[in-house]
Amino acid sequence: MMPEFLDASTVQYLQAAALLLIGLYGIVARSHLLRKLMAMNILQVAVIVFFIALSTKSGATVPVVPADAVDIDPAAYVNPLPHALMLTAIVVSVSTTGVALALLIRIRRRYGTLNESALLDRLRE
Amino acid sequence: MSEHLPVLIVVVPLSAAFVVPLLGRRSSGAAHIVTLGALAATLVAASVALARVLRTADGVWRYELGGWAPPWGIEYVLDPLSGGMSVLVAGLALAAAIYAGPYLRTADPDRIGLFDSLYLLLVAGLLGIVVTGDLFNLYVFLEISAIAAYALLSTGGDRAAVATFRYLLVGTVAASCYLLGIGYLYALTGTLNMADLSVRLAAADESTATAVGVGLIVIGLAIKAAVFPFHGWLPDAYTYAPPPVTGFVAAVMTKVSAYALYRVLYFVLGAEPAAASALVFLGWAGVAAIVAGSWLALAQSDVRRMLAYSSVGQMGYIIFGFSLGSPIAIVGALFHVLNHALMKGCLFLVTGGIRWRTGVSSVAGFAGLGRRLPLSATAFALAAVSMVGLPPTAGFFSKWYLLLGAFEAEAWVGVAALVGSSWLSAIYFFRVLERLFVGADETTPAPERRDLPFGMLAPALALAVVVLLLGLFHQPVVTHLLERALPPTVS
Amino acid sequence: MDLAARPLAAVLVSLLAAALLPLAGRRPAVREAITFAAAGLKLALVASMLPAVLDGQAIESARLPLAAGLTLGFRADALGLLFALTASSLWLLTSLYSVGYLRAAAPSRQTAYYVSFAVCLSATVGIAFAANLLTFFVCYEVLTLATYPLVVHAQTEEARSAGRRYLVYTLGAGQVLFVAIVWTETVAPGVDFTPGGFLAGRAEAGVLATAFALFIVGCGVKAAIMPLHGWLPAAMVAPTPVSALLHAVAVVKAGAFGVVRIVGYVFGVDVLRATGADTVLVVAAAATILIASMRALGEDHLKRLLAYSTIGQLSYIVLGAALGSVAALTGAMFHIAGHGFMKITMFFCAGALHTQAHRDGVHGLDGLGRQMPVTMTAFAVGACGLAGVPLLAGFIAKWNLGVGALTAGDEIIVGVLVVSGLLNVAYFFPIIYDAFFKAPTPETAGAREAPWPMALPLGVTAAVALVLGVAPSLGFRFFALARLAAESVVAGSGGLP
Repeated sequence: MMPEFLDASTVQYLQAAALLLIGLYGIVARSHLLRKLMAMNILQVAVIVFFIALSTKSGATVPVVPADAVDIDPAAYVNPLPHALMLTAIVVSVSTTGVALALLIRIRRRYGTLNESALLDRLRE
Repeated sequence: MSEHLPVLIVVVPLSAAFVVPLLGRRSSGAAHIVTLGALAATLVAASVALARVLRTADGVWRYELGGWAPPWGIEYVLDPLSGGMSVLVAGLALAAAIYAGPYLRTADPDRIGLFDSLYLLLVAGLLGIVVTGDLFNLYVFLEISAIAAYALLSTGGDRAAVATFRYLLVGTVAASCYLLGIGYLYALTGTLNMADLSVRLAAADESTATAVGVGLIVIGLAIKAAVFPFHGWLPDAYTYAPPPVTGFVAAVMTKVSAYALYRVLYFVLGAEPAAASALVFLGWAGVAAIVAGSWLALAQSDVRRMLAYSSVGQMGYIIFGFSLGSPIAIVGALFHVLNHALMKGCLFLVTGGIRWRTGVSSVAGFAGLGRRLPLSATAFALAAVSMVGLPPTAGFFSKWYLLLGAFEAEAWVGVAALVGSSWLSAIYFFRVLERLFVGADETTPAPERRDLPFGMLAPALALAVVVLLLGLFHQPVVTHLLERALPPTVS
Repeated sequence: MDLAARPLAAVLVSLLAAALLPLAGRRPAVREAITFAAAGLKLALVASMLPAVLDGQAIESARLPLAAGLTLGFRADALGLLFALTASSLWLLTSLYSVGYLRAAAPSRQTAYYVSFAVCLSATVGIAFAANLLTFFVCYEVLTLATYPLVVHAQTEEARSAGRRYLVYTLGAGQVLFVAIVWTETVAPGVDFTPGGFLAGRAEAGVLATAFALFIVGCGVKAAIMPLHGWLPAAMVAPTPVSALLHAVAVVKAGAFGVVRIVGYVFGVDVLRATGADTVLVVAAAATILIASMRALGEDHLKRLLAYSTIGQLSYIVLGAALGSVAALTGAMFHIAGHGFMKITMFFCAGALHTQAHRDGVHGLDGLGRQMPVTMTAFAVGACGLAGVPLLAGFIAKWNLGVGALTAGDEIIVGVLVVSGLLNVAYFFPIIYDAFFKAPTPETAGAREAPWPMALPLGVTAAVALVLGVAPSLGFRFFALARLAAESVVAGSGGLP
């Protein structure tokens, strides 16, 4: 049983914040470029979780309205817009990751390493 | 047809971006011609749209995308600000694409189609940022342009790949910050439409959530605009990229982000106390950028790096002008957006051309090149004089308005920074000019005169001539365009 | 041509020449023809405005509007016309001289040389006719830029380092002047130059004094007021006609002219008195006069000696502006023209000695008075004029300055003028003595008189220096113009008669 002050939305909020901080930490602190990239993905997931959390309502259902429905109650459905936005954000995130992976393959082929400090040494040569 | 002009500005380059790579498999020449045609059409569309906007009394042209009414649908908004900006972006895109022709034919003839496709995507993304009236749509275009830019910048070689990967990480963090900030504002107001949001925010109570949202948006866009101290990604990314890409990206990309910052802070969040605090922070960041950028530029021995750091400083001028908030200072900042795009574009095009022709890009290596490439060197000199801010070039006048604004606001630290940085930039630019024109040794025989091919020379020279003419005859631009691009709260 | 269009036309005519010159390519005759046509036309245009301006009119050309109520515009008043007449008549003579000099010296990059020269002259006349501070500053900076290629013309390491020093000084000063002008714009938006100034009562005394200091530093570098003079002796590495132009006409004189403009037409004499800034300026000018003359005494390179002499002589102009009475201002303004003709004579002679006798120092000119009589006679006339010998142009300026100093109760200044005159004699006289009263040495015996394109201009300028001393208002009416301008400034300030 959850404590009283931790209702569902606060938990989701804290979850997004935690993911965000993990992502930022990984980008800054990890020395392997691939790990940096994964941390970047975690950061993007944090934003997605944040938006999805915005759309939820307790007791609401999926926003699919029957064609013959009359007298629609907005409170009965979750907000569909953040979902739509996040679909786009996921596409963006996948594309960015794709470009990043292509770059990493090139870096790895040329310099033989993806470790940042080793890479800096190679660049200085 | 003409009622769809606002969306054509984005759709033309976007659809061309899908056609060009297919065409490029058969004939790279045809692909490039289609690219130039699409960009020319975009420029025409943007110019016609701007002319129409300027003729109307209220100066705003709202376009509902797909017939969905805002605030639910996305709307495109053309006003003197976004109209002028889209003409600038489209014009520079065309200039750099013309320049790219001879470069690509020697550097990578087989992949002209792919290059052009990415380039068109970049242009479409930047134009989308400019014309959109929707905050989330802005995010999408921000990322479209960014992803295209990552791919283009990385084509400059192995070092470019490393530099671009860093830029990619930083850029994604910036975009995520921006998106998160929008999330806060959306949660508070339930809208993403800029005009609607500004009305609803003004009605809502002040809250910490607004402040966090504004802060995240400002940090996100400030990173994209390379505002000091968020500029770290810029020098490497600009230095190792191929010349046509640097010429366009350095001229326009940070400026478009600065435009977005200005748009959001003044037109969307104009009434928010958080926006006022953000402007104070940006003002100091701008002053620090002016000093640090000029100082670091002075220390560079590679011309491309020097120009990149000078961009950091020049972005400081623009941000500083925005932060002052008086009409004259904002006009100065907007005018500097225009001027800096023209002159930095010219400088990078010439520097890239010189490296392409002679293989040198160091300050020392420029010695005597004024006699080998006289016209290119002249274009470089004109743009450099404008960068230093000497009359009668355009750079002087934007600096004049900025300084006037700084005096009005009694921002003495800013005055000192502006003047000191002009002095420093005089030193680092004349150091290059001296090598170009005076360095030649009398005893060696004069080197063969071999300037850049016409396709590369013409865009650079055209930009230099515009910089010169805009200096003396800028009055119509300021009164008909820039003064009408002031936010309602200021004018 | 319409009278109102003439100030603008006078500025643009040499700019047009600069645009045409590259088309002449490698044909020297075409190049020289363009230069002479432009110089002649410019002089004619400027001189044609003389009657109207002497009537007390100010001829104003159409303005180019900029944003925010600012304009760029040209207006010919008495002071501006005085400077423009000096500059354009000396350009004609310097062009003739350049033809002879460049043929005798190594000819290279002559197109760039003539183009820069023409742009310099446009900028100089622009400075003279500028109707407001913004126009003044635009022309001022164009002059800085256009002179740089002339300073580094030799392209040696020495020339490059002189060019660097020149830019650091002048562009730095330009930024200071820029700040001062922007400040003026904020307290008095869009105001033109007004005889007697327009800043009175617009700011507190302390602020005015600070702004004035910035203005003086901004103009003082070009005017080579000590300690801002460091670039000038170094810039002597330029070809001699350039030094002549730099010293007698364009850069340095533009700085001195700027000081007069700012004292008389921006601040006004009374404002300076109220702030006490005039005393500081008088002391600085007097100190510069004495120190520069002493430095000249110890100099053995002829052109550098002339540079120090210039530093001293220009401070006469600054001194007159600072004293601020009608007599002192008249003397100062007249000295713009008078010093122009005398100093250019000296540089022309130095150039002739360089090409004909291969002499750059002040020693070893023995017997050249007989080998090169025209050159050395002109040199003697110029030297006596600079020393302030009566019946020469320099005396008129000094006399009026002295009268002005006595009216203001500054007897010490009269002493400074006398001492400076004696020092002038002391550093010029040995040269003249060697040339006329010593027998030629083997090195000098072979020297021939300068060819006519060089001898004619230096003879003419020496003759003008003489005529101006006897009848200062003859011909171009320099004295009348100076008097008119000085009276309007003092009347506008409402100060001393």
